[in-house]
Amino acid sequence: MKEKAKIYGLMAEFDNPQTVVDAASAVYKQGYRKMDAYSPYPIEELGEAIGFHSKIQYIVLIGGIIGGCLGYALQYFTSVIDYPINIGGRPLHSWVSFIPITFETTVLFGAFSGVISMLALNGLPQPYHPVFNSKRFELASDDKFFICIEAEDPKFDRKATAEFLKSLGAVEVTEVEP
Amino acid sequence: MGQKWRTSINRFAEAMTLFAVACAGMFPLLHTGRPWFAAYWLFPIPNTMSLWPQFRSPLMWDVFAVSTYGSVSLLFWYVGLIPDLATMRDRAKNKVVKIIFGMMCMGWRGSARHWIRYETIYNLLAGLATPLVVSVHTIVSFDFAVSVIPGWHATIFPPYFVAGAVYSGFAMVLTLMLPVRALFRLQDFVTMRHVENMAKVMLATGLIVFYGYNMEAFMAWYSGNKYESFMMYNRMTGPYAWAYWALIFCNGVVPQILWIKKVRQNIIVLWVISLIVNVGMWLERFVIVVTSLHRDFLPSSWGIYWPTIWDWGMYIGTMGFFLMLMILFVRFLPMIPMFEIKTLLPESKVHHHEE
Repeated sequence: MKEKAKIYGLMAEFDNPQTVVDAASAVYKQGYRKMDAYSPYPIEELGEAIGFHSKIQYIVLIGGIIGGCLGYALQYFTSVIDYPINIGGRPLHSWVSFIPITFETTVLFGAFSGVISMLALNGLPQPYHPVFNSKRFELASDDKFFICIEAEDPKFDRKATAEFLKSLGAVEVTEVEP
Repeated sequence: MGQKWRTSINRFAEAMTLFAVACAGMFPLLHTGRPWFAAYWLFPIPNTMSLWPQFRSPLMWDVFAVSTYGSVSLLFWYVGLIPDLATMRDRAKNKVVKIIFGMMCMGWRGSARHWIRYETIYNLLAGLATPLVVSVHTIVSFDFAVSVIPGWHATIFPPYFVAGAVYSGFAMVLTLMLPVRALFRLQDFVTMRHVENMAKVMLATGLIVFYGYNMEAFMAWYSGNKYESFMMYNRMTGPYAWAYWALIFCNGVVPQILWIKKVRQNIIVLWVISLIVNVGMWLERFVIVVTSLHRDFLPSSWGIYWPTIWDWGMYIGTMGFFLMLMILFVRFLPMIPMFEIKTLLPESKVHHHEE
């Protein structure tokens, strides 16, 4: 009965960054896709090892361009169309004095679209996640590294996957409850 | 972004910036007299009078510059805190504390995919914040420079306000960081190299600021403009001469002893210099604002200004507000960016070996 209990996946613990990066790329090359690696600080190579690339920087670019256009449009609309005030015949569309605010709204929208989309794409805020059921996982924000292969992966097999993870240098492999 | 040396002081300096912006915001907001109306005076919110703010005014640019600067700084600071808040959550012994930190870090779990997006955005924010610092101080200087009052109407204002901001910023970091470093024994994180580098930046930017003061005086003479030269003569010998010469002493003369290496490595002397520089930067704003306004083009508006009890009260009140926020920050949040310090350790390096 216990054998048939559903699990979320297998969690392997590693104690140094080099081993976890090598293990992650081995796991990826073995054909596992429903998996993730965890580390207490950013390791660029770890993301690359599990075949992940991000184009999030373009969101900041697009957000910034939209922000700049909106900022300029706001000033144009209020000063030229909605409430034009003739001051000694000076031009209503005085674009030079619209530049500082255009710059500010560009940066503002760029920054906010970047952070909001980073959180949204990462699926945060997400208070509950099965990986937190793993007892040792609280060390993932301290000084240990983890690889989790999900049970949903077509190549997943409780015994074979666990042994494969151990062969990659895992200190410990545990089952994670859903 | 190769400035790795300063990692350990970033978080602290960002917090200081943020709290200082919060204090700075209070002055114009209360100055409007009716802060509850200020929303549609300052921001383009449609209102029953169908009026819009004047977007050609530097004061309006200032509203956008400072509020953008404040929001992006807050965003940058908070994004930087997320992984460290997750560490705090995982180390918390108390259930309630764990839940609070868990909510604050939004369930951060250190996934490799998350880290890649996170790093991209965090670096981009740092990149966006840099021109923002330049722009906010430039635009603050426009509040003066775009007007026609002698002593304000000067093209040198933007660069020397930016240099002044870096100058007083580093002085303030030293003023706050040196006691905190001693109290919490952070000597391994905030090393003598940090302290000395901050002193060097202070010296360099101090020289730029001092150059600005001298150039103002030179231009007042060289331009042959009688209003400018009267302003400068009045500033140096008039009723506020004490403030001007105290400013020259604090910001121009005192920092020169930072040329000596022994001074840069003496914590106590450095702390005293940082206090003097802070006083100097306060005097700078006092001199710029007051000496120019008390003798403007209209003799009918001439007078002597001295802060009232309410002015002093508000000023001292913001110091209390600032210190309260700073102490709460040091008590409850990680003041050293833990995850970034981890990346600096030699053990954290990963080597590529593709087969």
